[in-house]
Amino acid sequence: MANTSALEVRNAVKVYGVKPNDVIALNDVSISVENNEFFTLLGPSGCGKTTLLRMIAGFETITQGSIRLFGENIENLPANKRPVNTVFQQYALFPHMTVLQNAAFGLTMLGKSDKEANSVAGRMLEMVQLGGFADRKPGQLSGGQQQRVALARALAPSPKLLLLDEPLSALDLKLRHSMRVELKQIQEEMGITFIFVTHDQEEALTMSDRMAVMSNGELQQIGTGKEIYEQPGNRFVADFIGETNLLSATVESVKGSHATCVIGNNTRLECVVSDAIEAGSSAHISIRPERISLAKSTVSSAGQDTLTGVVSRYVYLGTDTQCKLLLDDGTKINCRVQNAHGSTTDLAVGERASIHIDQGAARLLVN
Amino acid sequence: MAGLPSSTSAKEKPSAGVFDGIAIRLLAPSWLMIGFFLLVPVAMMLVYSFLTKEFRGGVIWEPSLAAYDQFIFDRGLFGDEPPVIEWTYITIFARSIWQAALATVLCLIIGFPTAYFIATRPANTRGVWLFLITIPYWVNLLIRTVSMKFLIRDTGPLNQFLISTGLIDSPIHIVNTNFAVQLGLFYSYLPFMVLPIYAAVERYNFALSEAAFDLYASRWTTLRKILIPVVKPGIIAGCILVFIPSLGAFLAPDLLGGAKTFMIGSLIEEQFKGSAGNWPFGAAASMILLSMVLVVLLFYARQQTRSINGAR
Amino acid sequence: MANTTTDVRRYPGFLAFTILCLVLLYTPMIIVTIYSFNDSPSITKWGGFSWRWYQDVFFGIEAAKFKTAAWNSLSIATMAGISATVIATSAAIGMIRGNSFKGKSLSFGLINLPLMVPEIVSAVATLIFFSAIGITRGYFSILIAHMVFCIPFAYLPIAARLEGIEKSYEEAAIDLYATRWKAFTKVLMPLLAPGIISGFLLAFIISLDDFIITNFVKGAGVETLPTAIFGSVKQGIKPNIMALSTLMLLVSVFFVSLSYYVSKLGERSR
Repeated sequence: MANTSALEVRNAVKVYGVKPNDVIALNDVSISVENNEFFTLLGPSGCGKTTLLRMIAGFETITQGSIRLFGENIENLPANKRPVNTVFQQYALFPHMTVLQNAAFGLTMLGKSDKEANSVAGRMLEMVQLGGFADRKPGQLSGGQQQRVALARALAPSPKLLLLDEPLSALDLKLRHSMRVELKQIQEEMGITFIFVTHDQEEALTMSDRMAVMSNGELQQIGTGKEIYEQPGNRFVADFIGETNLLSATVESVKGSHATCVIGNNTRLECVVSDAIEAGSSAHISIRPERISLAKSTVSSAGQDTLTGVVSRYVYLGTDTQCKLLLDDGTKINCRVQNAHGSTTDLAVGERASIHIDQGAARLLVN
Repeated sequence: MAGLPSSTSAKEKPSAGVFDGIAIRLLAPSWLMIGFFLLVPVAMMLVYSFLTKEFRGGVIWEPSLAAYDQFIFDRGLFGDEPPVIEWTYITIFARSIWQAALATVLCLIIGFPTAYFIATRPANTRGVWLFLITIPYWVNLLIRTVSMKFLIRDTGPLNQFLISTGLIDSPIHIVNTNFAVQLGLFYSYLPFMVLPIYAAVERYNFALSEAAFDLYASRWTTLRKILIPVVKPGIIAGCILVFIPSLGAFLAPDLLGGAKTFMIGSLIEEQFKGSAGNWPFGAAASMILLSMVLVVLLFYARQQTRSINGAR
Repeated sequence: MANTTTDVRRYPGFLAFTILCLVLLYTPMIIVTIYSFNDSPSITKWGGFSWRWYQDVFFGIEAAKFKTAAWNSLSIATMAGISATVIATSAAIGMIRGNSFKGKSLSFGLINLPLMVPEIVSAVATLIFFSAIGITRGYFSILIAHMVFCIPFAYLPIAARLEGIEKSYEEAAIDLYATRWKAFTKVLMPLLAPGIISGFLLAFIISLDDFIITNFVKGAGVETLPTAIFGSVKQGIKPNIMALSTLMLLVSVFFVSLSYYVSKLGERSR
């Protein structure tokens, strides 16, 4: 391979315990992360993302599969022999050492002289804007400052890969938002590959170049934020990332990348298909709420993509308005209308309305 | 690198936790020490209890049931009379169990309110109360027992005080009575009751009591139906910590009691002193005591698993 | 103060029980302390304040005996305490941080065995063992026996402290290229220190206090303070024994305070 990936995990399997009481934490997960990439592992708790991260760090053994770092197999190296560093969820700053000693720890352990270790550590602390805090103990710092020290400590030995295990989850909302920007900046400046674990989709979307969505120990989809949001590969991804309307449907006919489906009480809908599917099978349709527009309706039926129903809930939310509709065929639909031009049709609960689904917004998901 | 087993070699599978893979090596020293110097000795004691006694102490390596037989039967001075039940030792064991149980109950009666009171103090004074209970826990038991003996002697400060107040005319004989032994046991192990109950009450969520109170339970009903069931593991732990050492106590019966107040501990001790001793019999009595303790501990372990698998 | 009628926590009379409890626990010790300053050689009558029995402890007829016994007690307690603490620290890490294996729960039982077996039974078993394998009873046999029963006492506070330390600290150390030994000495041990110190103090005091096991495994002629005091008391409580007891009491109080202070420090550093 001419262009080796920074990290390549192949067919990773992790099983805890022994049969018959074994638990499969990771089932055949393969990911490949490019050099200088900000890569996020996203999923609900218990999906295996932390297990995967700890496996890359060397804290968990791999039951099956391989891990390569710039082309070299590292799955049999202990954590202290892997040029990979971790920012821990609760930071794990050594409370009995000063901030500088913490930041210099890795370099000292690598056998660097105190002088060299301290000067690099000092530079790292400058970078995270904590130059003046070198002699404090971690306990004297705020949560945000501790988080920066943890980052400086992990970056000081110039790892080939930086692993971040939900590092922002302990911070308050405002700090979390500003740290997102800062993390991304540092990553770009240092040119180090970051692997970031989170359950927060917004975090993932704001920082990542690419992300892997995981669930139940299995990889669901890899892609950029846009790909994953707009072209979810399956029901789980569509449901987990953002809001969506998931309607069960029967496929009537398939024509290339388009299919005609029947939902609810015999309403037909044109959808985009990405996976192969046969006519007659049942599947789900995902429609993002903001891709549906609303209009007051007096007529009971209109064009092909227009459906009508009764407003069951209408909630003003500032930037947009959320509206729940009960369609005539019994399907429940959730839509969001931007309040941009003040042009929103004012609707009230109980009124009839018709909806229009944007071209290409309905996606057929096989599972 | 010196000290702990050397770092993982490249060939070795990397470990999940930092100390994974070396648990057995880390535990080995404790196993060896306790296994070799306590478990093996107990096994040997079991063997000794089935050997024949040597008259100047020690044993003759000849298998015999004499030690256990002597415990239950009297076969006369030369061992040729038909066996009659020998009550001496059975009585000593029964009395020991009774006294240990009574000490446990007394400790519970005083210890529970004390533990509760301390655990419900505000955080700033709680430490002081706890400290006061902890000191006797750490003070040498021999010194505490000697102090008690000094206090209750016929001519001791207690009797002097009572006489001086005119409550009594002549000193009360306390030392060398069953009462003195009972008092000694109670006094020796009282802190052992307070501390585990304190720990349990301190963890107790008082919102439960408030909920019961809110639902029209009275103060005492709340105590009986809510608090005590919840802190029961702590109460049982305290009872075990008092009962077991009381059962095998030596100092209290030896120093405060006399020849008539023999408990298991003194009986065993006597078998290993000087030429009057009987090692197999002492070993047998120790085995019987140990079995009783194990029964109590098994009961405790079952309670614990039940309270873990139970309501929580 | 909380209102009596609304505070669910308050039970009338519990204060009285607490005071009764403390009076029962402290009266004998306080009385002995007071009488240790009694000038009168007749221990029943108060003859005015005096230090004479303390002088007697240090310079009297029995002074040499007490000094040897004190030296034996302290040196045995120090050595038994240190070795039990080292063994217990290793065991606690193995139990709490080590991998699981078959029989791990049995291992917990084994470590705590000295707490479960009644002292008198341990004493008998150890005596039989030493006499069977032909070890001469004396200083060394006392030391070995003390090391064994001190292990669980040292284990408890160390294990409790270790349970409260996040695993991620030593993982961070390993992640930053520390060897396992460095991760222990540089990170885990400093964090564990309050537990280790409490464990040592507890083991030390327990060894210093022990009478029953020592009495069985000591040979003729080797005495520790408790056995020496017991020997004297058998012939009646003499005032110098009360002075000695008071001194030992002070040592105990000192150690409780020390361990209390250490645990306070530990709480703050957490």
